[in-house]
Amino acid sequence: MRCDDVALLLPEAVDGDTPVALPVQRHVESCLRCQAELARYRRMLRGLQLLRTQYLEPVPGVLSQTLAAIGEASEQRAIRSLLSGRRMAYVGAVGGALAAATATTAAAVLLARAKRRAALATH
Amino acid sequence: MPSKDHNHQDERVPDGLDELVAEARGGDRTAFDELVRRTYVDTYTLAVRLTGNEEDARDVVQEAYLRAWKGIRRFRGDSAFPTWMYRITANASYTLVDRRRRRRTTHLDDVDEPIDRRLDAQPDTLAESSAGLEHLSAALDELPPTLRTLVILKDVYGLPHEAIADELGISVAAAKVRLHRGRKRLRELLDASENPSQGSRGRSARAV
Repeated sequence: MRCDDVALLLPEAVDGDTPVALPVQRHVESCLRCQAELARYRRMLRGLQLLRTQYLEPVPGVLSQTLAAIGEASEQRAIRSLLSGRRMAYVGAVGGALAAATATTAAAVLLARAKRRAALATH
Repeated sequence: MPSKDHNHQDERVPDGLDELVAEARGGDRTAFDELVRRTYVDTYTLAVRLTGNEEDARDVVQEAYLRAWKGIRRFRGDSAFPTWMYRITANASYTLVDRRRRRRTTHLDDVDEPIDRRLDAQPDTLAESSAGLEHLSAALDELPPTLRTLVILKDVYGLPHEAIADELGISVAAAKVRLHRGRKRLRELLDASENPSQGSRGRSARAV
């Protein structure tokens, strides 16, 4: 196995997530150059992990603008919710009125039929 | 990225956000605002690292928290709130950078003067020293955005490949390939700045 071949695999193998083939492992164990190369990758990885502990000073206004944007979105959501609620109430009311009207008409028709039958029966 | 000079490590991500998350999930805006106050420095830092500039980072932070507020009811708590925010921030940043890339035309006036980032530190201790971290950070900035995003999300913030692929809308295999390329390129950039006279290392002659 050549160092060049191993070098291609090191960026992937450095974090231990990817299993390394036995020939590659054996090569690295016996090759000082590749060991040094792997060590450099590991140092880079440690440095990257350390960056996680560093925070950058936000530019002025980031927090206030973000909170304002969330406030605005909340208001819009509340208005939409209100309108949606009113719309539902309106639809419900119209639906209810229609149902009541239908029921009344049906009852009137049934009553009229019943009266007609009763009149025919008496004659 | 001027804020690099103002790194501060004392403002850590606070613990004990669970209660606030629960209240925010119930629609409590005040609780969500408090979540923003406690985590926005972390989110902003990630946004700057991903976008490479403060103006874009400001937009990304705003967009990320808006998305979080709209989706907080769907947040099941499988991961910590900051980790969830990393994913949203990555997605918002990717969207913005991609949109900008499609629109932007580079003018010569916009190109920054090259900065000499060479350091006297020994390579062995470079990564661990504060100057080394600055150096590493500068090298990260030089990576192409698609590679930088992967290296930052995986190697700095520790997100799993699956989560990264999900947020960026790419396959896990593609995420792994980009990470591989990103690490390799970053090493080359670090080598080039540490040993400017040598250029890239000639490994082609080496064989065992």
